[in-house]
Amino acid sequence: MTATADVPAALKGKFPQVTARPSGDHPAINVPLAETKALLQILRDEFAYDFLVDVTAADWGVDVSPRFSVFWHLFSTKEHTYLRVAADCASDTEPAAPTVSDLWPAADWHERETYDLLGVTFTDHPDLRRILMWEGYPYHPLRKDFPLAGIDTPLPDEEVGELTGASAKAVPMAGGPFVAKSGKMNLSEAEPRAKDESWSEAKEKPASE
Amino acid sequence: MATEYAFPDNAAKTADASPEFQTEKMSVAMGPSHPSTHGVLRLNLELDGEIVTKCDPVLGYLHRGDEKIAENMTYNQFVPYTDRLDYLAPLANNVAYAIAVEKLANLEVPARCQAIRVICCELARISSHLLGLGAFAMDVGAWTVFMYQFTEREKLYKLFEELTGARFTTSYTRIGGVARDMPAGWTDSVLAFCDQFLPILDEMLEMLTRNKIFTDRTVDVGIITKADAIAYGLTGPNARGSGVTVDLRKDRPYSGYEQYEFDVPVGTKGDCYDRYLCRGEEMKQSVRIVRQAIKNMPAGDYYAKDAVRIFAPKKDKVLTSMEELINNFMIVTEGPQMPAGEVYFEAENPKGALGFFVISKGGGVPWRMKIRAPSFCNLSILPKVCEGNLLSDVVAILGSFDFVMGECDR
Repeated sequence: MTATADVPAALKGKFPQVTARPSGDHPAINVPLAETKALLQILRDEFAYDFLVDVTAADWGVDVSPRFSVFWHLFSTKEHTYLRVAADCASDTEPAAPTVSDLWPAADWHERETYDLLGVTFTDHPDLRRILMWEGYPYHPLRKDFPLAGIDTPLPDEEVGELTGASAKAVPMAGGPFVAKSGKMNLSEAEPRAKDESWSEAKEKPASE
Repeated sequence: MATEYAFPDNAAKTADASPEFQTEKMSVAMGPSHPSTHGVLRLNLELDGEIVTKCDPVLGYLHRGDEKIAENMTYNQFVPYTDRLDYLAPLANNVAYAIAVEKLANLEVPARCQAIRVICCELARISSHLLGLGAFAMDVGAWTVFMYQFTEREKLYKLFEELTGARFTTSYTRIGGVARDMPAGWTDSVLAFCDQFLPILDEMLEMLTRNKIFTDRTVDVGIITKADAIAYGLTGPNARGSGVTVDLRKDRPYSGYEQYEFDVPVGTKGDCYDRYLCRGEEMKQSVRIVRQAIKNMPAGDYYAKDAVRIFAPKKDKVLTSMEELINNFMIVTEGPQMPAGEVYFEAENPKGALGFFVISKGGGVPWRMKIRAPSFCNLSILPKVCEGNLLSDVVAILGSFDFVMGECDR
């Protein structure tokens, strides 16, 4: 079995629930979360997808269910083809997925990053710590309900925080990145404006202290 | 010459038994501000004497939240942020990002634009490898190469400035093309650079390749097997140094790479020295590609003319035509209009495969943009490679990895 074969069709026998996923480029499949690990192992051992490129997740929005999907990108170093595997997380509040860090050590850091930024826990991961944000940081910044400006948070070093009274402040967004909105709306709404979430044309600027 | 370090377990055991000679393991925090960690990488090392028994890399000191920022701005507005990923090869990042988004729009750019992009990528590769080489040599004690390569990089920066208007933060690509065509006579300057560069490169490599001090520090140090390189997701010269024959320019040609003739150097052993040799040879191959691209430079447009709602029209047209004015306004305010969909594209960048996973729900702003940074993946093998090596070898290993924290932490 090679990586060039029609993967969704070839997998049908063992995993009847696998479906093709719409994709702009490479073949992609949807997999039930419980079967992902067994399936990824078979893809690695029998389909020559020996290279794990990437593990990541997406947040589809606070009101959407299932809210989180996890993506694995595989590459075959022999056939030079890619494959995208996607699975929806069962829980919208505490998303979880099985770890593949025992199949590919490369997954170790990717899963830590996904946990750090999106809050998807990978069960049986040997060392699921934060990797980009500091240990003890209370939020998962890539979630859609986390504001672009950030949230006021205590410093990683409690002692310094207590002594100086300083904290990791939200960025002042006035004059910050401009954001254009797209869609059917009138131009005064769609025009780019500073994404300051505290005040706008409709909502008055809070009086300065 | 083989350097095999035995864990001094027995010595430690005997020492523990004698009351007057107590030893214990020492923790050393190397970085985040350390000359050999090339930026703000921190290694929490556990040492037994001089031998590293545990290595725990700490990342995130340069985390800017690029992926979050990408979700909040239009596709073209994000181009300057890609400069700051691998800030030693901004042009290559620009190109990788533009191709990823163009794939989403199913847009083919003209042959001239592709050739310009190839020249950009290869010049960026030379510039990045030069610094990688110089910094590596300096880490292991050879200062001269650093001076030589900085002179050459300065010449490259002059070329970049002529082309893009900026030396470092080029922001040269747009979705559907590049910002402007090459200035008149620029290709001649590039060819002149190539002609004088090759002898100097040879001189630089001569200073290291058979240098006893350099080989003592690098040969058989930090060996990565082929199986490990694949399992840990290594890409670029780091993987090829270990004998993995994957080069996306050959295997998944993009931007017209299939037209050019070039070789992919591959190492045999996977030690620091092999990685150095790969980079040296890759620069020569890059010069080959640049020469071919200039020789066969197609005439035509430097942007996709049919990409009406994606590539902003020229300024003179905007100022004279109502239709173009509106179009320009819509592209600037709402961003290039993309269909909904998911694409993943990775390009063979100097540091490895830089990937962009774009999820679009339509419109001018991506819903989610995951950046697969080669330095991030390459560094994940550090704990395994450093264990059992001397502390001074960690410096050589880091130098041979040629990573950039700007893209590792994003």
